[in-house]
Order: sequence, then structure tokens, then C-alpha cells
Amino acid sequence: MKTIKVLGSGCTNCKTTLKLIEEIAGAKGVDIRLEKVEEIGDIMGYGVMSTPGVVIDGKVVHAGGVPDRRTIEMWFEE
Amino acid sequence: MFEALASLVVYQWLGLPRGGHAADALHFFIMDTTKIFALLVAVIYLMGLLRAILSAERVRDYVRGKPRWLARTLAILLGAVTPFCSCSSVPLFIGFVEAGIPLGVTFSFLIASPMINEVAAVILVGILGWKLAALYVAAGLLVAYVGGAVMERFRPERWVEAYVWEIRMGEVARIEMDRSLAGRHRYALNEVKEIVGRIWKWVLMGVAVGALFHGYVPQSWVVEHLGGRDNWLAVPGAVLLGIPLYSNATGVIPIAEAMLGKGVAIGTTLALMMSIAALSLPEMLILRKVIRWPALAIYAGVLAISFTLVGWGFNLIAA
Repeated sequence: MKTIKVLGSGCTNCKTTLKLIEEIAGAKGVDIRLEKVEEIGDIMGYGVMSTPGVVIDGKVVHAGGVPDRRTIEMWFEE
Repeated sequence: MFEALASLVVYQWLGLPRGGHAADALHFFIMDTTKIFALLVAVIYLMGLLRAILSAERVRDYVRGKPRWLARTLAILLGAVTPFCSCSSVPLFIGFVEAGIPLGVTFSFLIASPMINEVAAVILVGILGWKLAALYVAAGLLVAYVGGAVMERFRPERWVEAYVWEIRMGEVARIEMDRSLAGRHRYALNEVKEIVGRIWKWVLMGVAVGALFHGYVPQSWVVEHLGGRDNWLAVPGAVLLGIPLYSNATGVIPIAEAMLGKGVAIGTTLALMMSIAALSLPEMLILRKVIRWPALAIYAGVLAISFTLVGWGFNLIAA
């Protein structure tokens, strides 16, 4: 099971990212645990300055904007 | 091409008489909307394809530890080529503070970033010509440099919220990117979707205001009240008017086009553009999360005075 964290302090793009990941994981039948990280100190702790960012199993895979569908799909294919 | 399209729709299909208020306004609206959106999509796509859009994390790396003047120059140039969403202002601010970048340099970056970006610059050239585009960009860079330096004199460190100093940033994430052509294409498309999705309403509003101004405000009134360089109050008036109004750098272009077309003095127009793009209440409220009101009041004051001086300066030169 992958643990996915979406970093972002509640902006629209962050919500969109969260929904997109949920939807694609659901469609692919991948088991994930999705968490929101909204505390600015925690976000910066991951070395991310531009939100939304995405962390999978402790590794930052994306920052600064909503990731596109294909990119999200690739996260689940590895 | 865009003009021909607008003429076709307004005069042929709708059959409006040439020279009427509604026809003029509608013509302006159709022409600018199609032209600006076509340019927006093309420019953002190309930038995305080249991956020319810098990340905030890399900007921070470039600026940290440089001598003051170089740090400021880099911060401004990088601020000018990165179209950051104002929702990223807080993490950006904290990230800069954490890297030991002086606050005055951070302010220079915060001034330059909303006022100038490469997408708006290309559209400026497309709509107003390269001379005005160059003037706007040069004036913006100057204000960002001087504004940040002046802010520094007020020692704004004392107004930074205490928690900001305590945040420690983790190792800056290096994100692997898909560098294949297909990957770049996807990235570019996503950038177009994301940026156009964020700013389309500002652009439409800007075009609508420009169209109304173009169609309905009589030229004689404009020339009398806003045209001459003798009217010293027009520039600070434009700056004050711009503070409660907010649009992004692209959205103000059609407004400027309509104003210049009716004979508003060039400095007055530039002052309004800068005030609308760079000085706004929402931006202040976002920055309030990291810095207290006295610093924000000084920030607003420094910007308002700079824009006024820029406006007067250009009105004098152009007259």
C-alpha cells in the first residue's frame, strides 16, 4: 500500500490534486492511504516551496501545480 | 486576422452600424479576447515545451549567499520570468527567509513577480507594440529594485511573525522530470490548462472594461481630464484607483490599450497598470500570514510612491 501526501494549505489547486489522485487510484484499483498536509511548517519540511506538492512513501514526486493525469497514472504503475 | 474576425462578426453577422458605441465596444471585445487567448495558449505551451518555467526551489538556490546587489538583481529577473500564483507567496517568503536571503531582496522578488512575467510581456508586444512593452518591463524592474532597497531601510525583520523564523526547510526536493517529447507535450498542455484556468477571468474582465472604455468614454473628455501632463493629480489618482482593483498582469493590458487609444497620457496608464497588477488587497492579506501590518503598510506606501514617480516621469518624457 502506498502512502500519498498532498502538501498545500487548502488552495483550490490542492483540492483538485487530492481529488484527482483519489479518482485515478480508485479507477486503477490501487490501495492507497491519502493524507493532507496543511501545516506550513510541515510542508516546508519536505523542501517544497510551491504548492501543491505530492509525496509518495516519503519521497517528493511533484511540486508546484496540479499534476496531469498521465503523471499520476505513472506513479501507480511502478 | 483577429481584427478581420471581429469586423466579420460585428458588422456582417450582427449588422451593427460602424462607429456606434455598442459596435465599437463589441468589436474591441471580440478582437482582444480572441487575440489574447490565442497568444496566451501559444506562449504558455511553448514555454512549457522548453520547460522554461523555473521552479521556486531553484530560484532560491540561485539567490542565496550572493552579494546584496547580485542577489537583488537575480531575484528580480527570476521574479520576472516566473508566473507564480499568489497562493504560493507564503511558502516562498518563508523559504527565502529560511535560506538567509535578506528581506529586502525577498520584497524585490515579491514586487517583480506579479508585475512582470514572460507571458504578459509577449502579449504586451502583441497588443501595444514592443516600445511600450519595453517601457513597462523596464519601469517594473526599476521599481522592484528600488522598492526592495527602500523596504530594507525600514528593517522589516522586526515585523516578521515569530513562527516564520522557526520553520526549518527539509532538503530541497529534486523532482525527476520526464524529458521525452511526449512528456514535455503533456507538461506544456497541463501548464496551459492550469495557467489559463487560473487567469481567464481576469483577462475577460480586463477586456470587458477596456471594451466599455473604448466604446463609451468620449475622447474629448479623456483628453481634457487625463491627457495633459499639466494634470499632476491624474497619476496619483490612477495609482489610488488601482489599489482596490486587482487583476493579473495580462488582464490589465486590454485596459491600457483602450486608455492609450483614447489619449490617456502614457505615464498615467503605466501607473494604473502597475498599481492594479502589483498592489492589491488579496495579496496583502496573504502576506499578512507571515508579516505584520506596519511592514505591509510601508510596502504599500513605497509601491504607491514609486508608481506615482514612474507615471510622472514618463508623462514628462513623453510630453
